[in-house]
Amino acid sequence: MSSQRTLIHGLILGAFCLGFGMLLVLTNNFTKNDIALRAVEDRQNSLKQVIPDSIHDNNLATDTLTLKTDQGNEVVAYVSTKEGKVTGVAFETSGSGYSGAIKVMLGVDPEGKILGARVLSHKETPGLGDKIEVKKGDWILRFTGLSIGNPPLDKWKVKKDGGQFDQFAGATITPRAVVKAIREGLQFFDANKTKLMEFKAGKTQTVDAETGKAPK
Amino acid sequence: MTTDYRTIAREGLWTNNGVLSMMLGLCPAMAMTNSATNGLGMGLATAAVMTASAMLVSIFRNHFSQEVRIPVFVLIIATTVTIVDMCMNAWMHELYKVLGLFIPLIVVNCLPFARIEMFASKQSALPSLADGFFMGVGFTLALTAIGAVREISGSGTLFSDASLLLGPAFKFLEMRVLPEDTGILMMILPPGAFLVTGLMLVVKRMIDERSNKAVPAIAAHCAP
Repeated sequence: MSSQRTLIHGLILGAFCLGFGMLLVLTNNFTKNDIALRAVEDRQNSLKQVIPDSIHDNNLATDTLTLKTDQGNEVVAYVSTKEGKVTGVAFETSGSGYSGAIKVMLGVDPEGKILGARVLSHKETPGLGDKIEVKKGDWILRFTGLSIGNPPLDKWKVKKDGGQFDQFAGATITPRAVVKAIREGLQFFDANKTKLMEFKAGKTQTVDAETGKAPK
Repeated sequence: MTTDYRTIAREGLWTNNGVLSMMLGLCPAMAMTNSATNGLGMGLATAAVMTASAMLVSIFRNHFSQEVRIPVFVLIIATTVTIVDMCMNAWMHELYKVLGLFIPLIVVNCLPFARIEMFASKQSALPSLADGFFMGVGFTLALTAIGAVREISGSGTLFSDASLLLGPAFKFLEMRVLPEDTGILMMILPPGAFLVTGLMLVVKRMIDERSNKAVPAIAAHCAP
């Protein structure tokens, strides 16, 4: 008798799971197209900040070149082209900050000069480390126009480490991580420059990356 | 059986307020209140989940047995949270970017669960919906108040980024109360959450005592 009751409870619970599971499937069907659209919009917005509209006539979010490194990482480069010629590349690079990864979107022109850099996400201390956001200060804007060589590689550090970039009062680890992330991003670009420049607009491609450390 | 909506509203908003009386759902109440806007957003999302899940539980309350009610409650709350999560991601994306990380955490918030066990599983749909709604609004008010105090003392602003949450029409809410760089940083960090929540509890007790309607400290008054 008691095993029969257990069975009934099981069946009731099973029926509820089935019903609410179906509800979730329905909601998912209704929302998934919009969610995918929003993700593309998000990407376009962050790309827009590092690649000026004036230098490309293609869709940045879909013209990508995926670079596979020998460590098995994949770096997705968004390539901007104008009249078929590559005018810039944007990709994500990251550094490890005071509390977790800091993700930076970096835009680079064919000469290796920075078109723009923006912090995409971070978990740094509010009020101290968050001055890396463009909303909280113009620190990140000072990277625009710089490249490896201007300043020289050994100056790509915060001032405290003998470099040329300002740290913040009370926060050195955060800017140090961002400077390192951008420097490594530029080095990655230099190593893969030939492959990136051969990009043909209008299709998604995947190639193996050259040696050199990939931005994670 | 209370189906007096006035009582339900008063309980949810003040006498039996989720945060300030029952002290439930303190984790999101403290983690998400470093600004008034964040508190408001988290409160609204929780209120939506509470209203919907209370009504659903109440509709199905005669169809499940006592033995499996807890898993069914969890199932219903988790489903509503997931639906809210997906809908917000699709149609309220700006808000989702601010709150997205915290929406799944509503599943483990004690407050919806407690109200369902105490109220919705025993009452018909409309009073349950009202209870879920007013409890949710009470939760929202408490979170917004904690957020406002922390934001003013910590960063000197009030309702910053409210236009991201509510739309450009609410730009007027954003204001700077204290001059730049005068805030006490600690108030928007975790210790500030404990301090302000404690202060809020004190203030509520004092008001209750003054109006001679003191509620016993922990004993949450349960609806029949």
